[in-house]
Amino acid sequence: MQLIGQILHLLITPALWQTTLESGVLLLLPALGGVISERSGVVNIAMEGMMLTGAFAAVAVAEVTGNPWISTLVAIAAGGLMAVIHAVVSIRFRADQIISGVAINIFAFGITAFLNSKITNFQGFNPVKPSAQLPYLHIPILDKIPFFGPIFFDQNIIVYVGLFLLVAVQFMLFRTRLGLRIRAVGEHPQAADTAGINVYSIRYGSVIASGLLSGLAGAFLAIGITNVFNDGMTDGRGYIALAAMIFGKWTPIGSFVACLIFGLGTSIVANNSTLNVSRDLLSMLPYILTLVVLAGLVGKSIPPAADGQPYTPGSE
Amino acid sequence: MSTTAPETPQAMTGDEGTIAIEMRNIRKAWPGVVANDNVSFTVQKGEIHALVGENGAGKSTLMNVLYGLLRPDAGEIYVNGKLAHISGPRDAIALGIGMVHQHFMLIPPLTVGENITLGREPVYNVDVFDTAKANANIRELSAQYGLAIDPSTRTSDLPVGLQQRVEILKVLYRGADILILDEPTGVLTPQETDDLFVVLRGLVKRGKTIIFITHKLREVLEISDNVTVLRRGKVVGHLVTKETNQEEIARMMVGRDVLLRVEKPPAKPGEPLLRVEHLNVTSEQGIPAVRDLSLEVRSGEILGIAGVEGNGQSELVEALAGTRQVVSGHIQIGDAAITNIGARKIRSAGMAHIPEDRRESGLVLNYSIADNLIFGHQRDDTFTWKGIMLRLQTIREWAERLIKQFDIRTPSPDIAARALSGGNQQKVVVARELSSKPKVLLAAQPTRGVDIGAIEFIHRQLVAERDSGAAILLVSAELDEVRSLSDRIAVMYEGRIVSFEPADATEERLGLLMTGGGQKQEHASA
Repeated sequence: MQLIGQILHLLITPALWQTTLESGVLLLLPALGGVISERSGVVNIAMEGMMLTGAFAAVAVAEVTGNPWISTLVAIAAGGLMAVIHAVVSIRFRADQIISGVAINIFAFGITAFLNSKITNFQGFNPVKPSAQLPYLHIPILDKIPFFGPIFFDQNIIVYVGLFLLVAVQFMLFRTRLGLRIRAVGEHPQAADTAGINVYSIRYGSVIASGLLSGLAGAFLAIGITNVFNDGMTDGRGYIALAAMIFGKWTPIGSFVACLIFGLGTSIVANNSTLNVSRDLLSMLPYILTLVVLAGLVGKSIPPAADGQPYTPGSE
Repeated sequence: MSTTAPETPQAMTGDEGTIAIEMRNIRKAWPGVVANDNVSFTVQKGEIHALVGENGAGKSTLMNVLYGLLRPDAGEIYVNGKLAHISGPRDAIALGIGMVHQHFMLIPPLTVGENITLGREPVYNVDVFDTAKANANIRELSAQYGLAIDPSTRTSDLPVGLQQRVEILKVLYRGADILILDEPTGVLTPQETDDLFVVLRGLVKRGKTIIFITHKLREVLEISDNVTVLRRGKVVGHLVTKETNQEEIARMMVGRDVLLRVEKPPAKPGEPLLRVEHLNVTSEQGIPAVRDLSLEVRSGEILGIAGVEGNGQSELVEALAGTRQVVSGHIQIGDAAITNIGARKIRSAGMAHIPEDRRESGLVLNYSIADNLIFGHQRDDTFTWKGIMLRLQTIREWAERLIKQFDIRTPSPDIAARALSGGNQQKVVVARELSSKPKVLLAAQPTRGVDIGAIEFIHRQLVAERDSGAAILLVSAELDEVRSLSDRIAVMYEGRIVSFEPADATEERLGLLMTGGGQKQEHASA
């Protein structure tokens, strides 16, 4: 009975839900990128590496310029640059997309750790100065609403950006000409090609978009949430975003729901002061959720028909 | 008509103003293969021009060049008398050329409207897809050409005949005046084919030009005005349809006389060898695919199963071969029950199986022809020593014998099955299955994607097998094949046999039964 009381107490803490939304959006950004990339037919498991690259770039630039906006732009560009590699390798050279993705993740881990040591002479970057951090937006009056105020109106600016992007990507994919073409290319590239659509440019654009979004997520993590760079600091979040995308059946809205579930897992760990459960055990929660979701709950989640298949014109 | 290859093919009639397409000296080569060798091809405005040839003759290559999917190594293309540079489908579409591909270029989860307008979508507010306008445009087009369709249906929900209609509308929506149809009847029922021909005649009446790729000679005679024949990448003849016949076209395609009719003496049926009673089988999705099906095939006869694909034929064959679980019912070969005893024991009981998809389940494509020729017999003492070591010499001699006997065209038994043409791959499967001297032979789509020369050969082998006393169950999507080979015909519809028909049943009647219509008839089933 005492346990139920503890759980209830945890559930009505606004901070729990505030962190849930924050962690959820942190996963949502790469998940949205994954949705766009895979809808166009390119499997992207390199969100992890793109995010890590973004995180590193954000902290490095923040240390030099002290400006969060420049840092974020550079982080986005860095994520995009990694995506260009993935795009060229898997679209132009028709390599196995999983292997390309794994290679990028390993490369990103290595290069950021190397540069981290090299640039700072093994000291590591300083924690990001408050003036170089992405700001929180406190929306006056609304943030005073009990319970809901802190959850929805007292968040990092990127949370709002992420929610806007969620709506934008959902609309783009399912209501616009561009979205129709992306889906067509991911389902049946030959058909799209014969209809006069440039398969390659759609795929390049989609993969690079996923890199930009992952880079933004990296900036959010490094100069919005943790405000420090550690080697491998993304900690598998890119993979969790991938799981969220699958759980969400390759739709933005569905992915967001999944991201919130994973976010809740993270948040319980961060906000647990009442539950008498080992912290190490709780830390496993998001990952266990990922496994459970991938193994069972998803059931029949059907990817785009041409997901992962390189396109060669004139072949049938 | 002359059957010799003209050195420089020329337009048959008329002047420049009446020529829609002229392709001059097109050459396209892949490493090791010349797909199009100096091909010249002319199509008049407002005609239906049949482009015929065996598989690999270069028909599709030529049309992919015209449609911009492939770049020719040499040659020129003139569209309506003007030199055209076609570097992609976009250019072809701009020139008024549209193509309906053999494998439909439709995206199943999208609606009909989205599929038709894809690439030329109506939009508002910069980039928002205008569903209402798209659907209105399509309704207008439908009315204009008499091609009724609901633009808001999901494409995957449509039957094949209507999907093809969507493909034609897609081409018309792009303003095509010249339509290329690549083997459009391959997937259609006889009725759907008739409908298609009505549509095509209507299009020509409205001023369209049609290039019709096919290897079905009957259709060539029925629908086309002129014929161009390709063989091994070269043009071997131009014919005026009215002045030619099936035999002449077949001879040009193959390069020798071809027997189009299956020559077979009347069947001498003996005692029943395969008996199926009240069989029920479910599909992959767990849906009943074969329902309460009973049939009998006697020694020395061929029972043909006619039916539109997807009516349980595949599941029936798999259940008989032992690769699919039987839910209920009874199967026996002679006096031995073989229900659910497993494929290996069923084989030992005397069953042989030519599977419908040779690449999927008939062959191991990366293995040598010799290895492929012993599959299923690899445990025999003839081929292994004490079940441990393969007797390579025996296997090789065996392979060489079958290669000769079944006329498999290969330089050596050691090359991978993948390297063979479709027809020769199929001959490998047929050779292996017939070499076991089966009591019962399941022949599923035995000549799918096979050239007429090889079809003729395989058909003769099946008849010979029948005459030596085997019971043969033939399943084919080609109604012509079922009618010409079978001694009796069972029509399958939605998992049931709706009627047993005599071998001379008319195509119209079978077509009607295949689609769920027509009156049941029992007298031929005895």
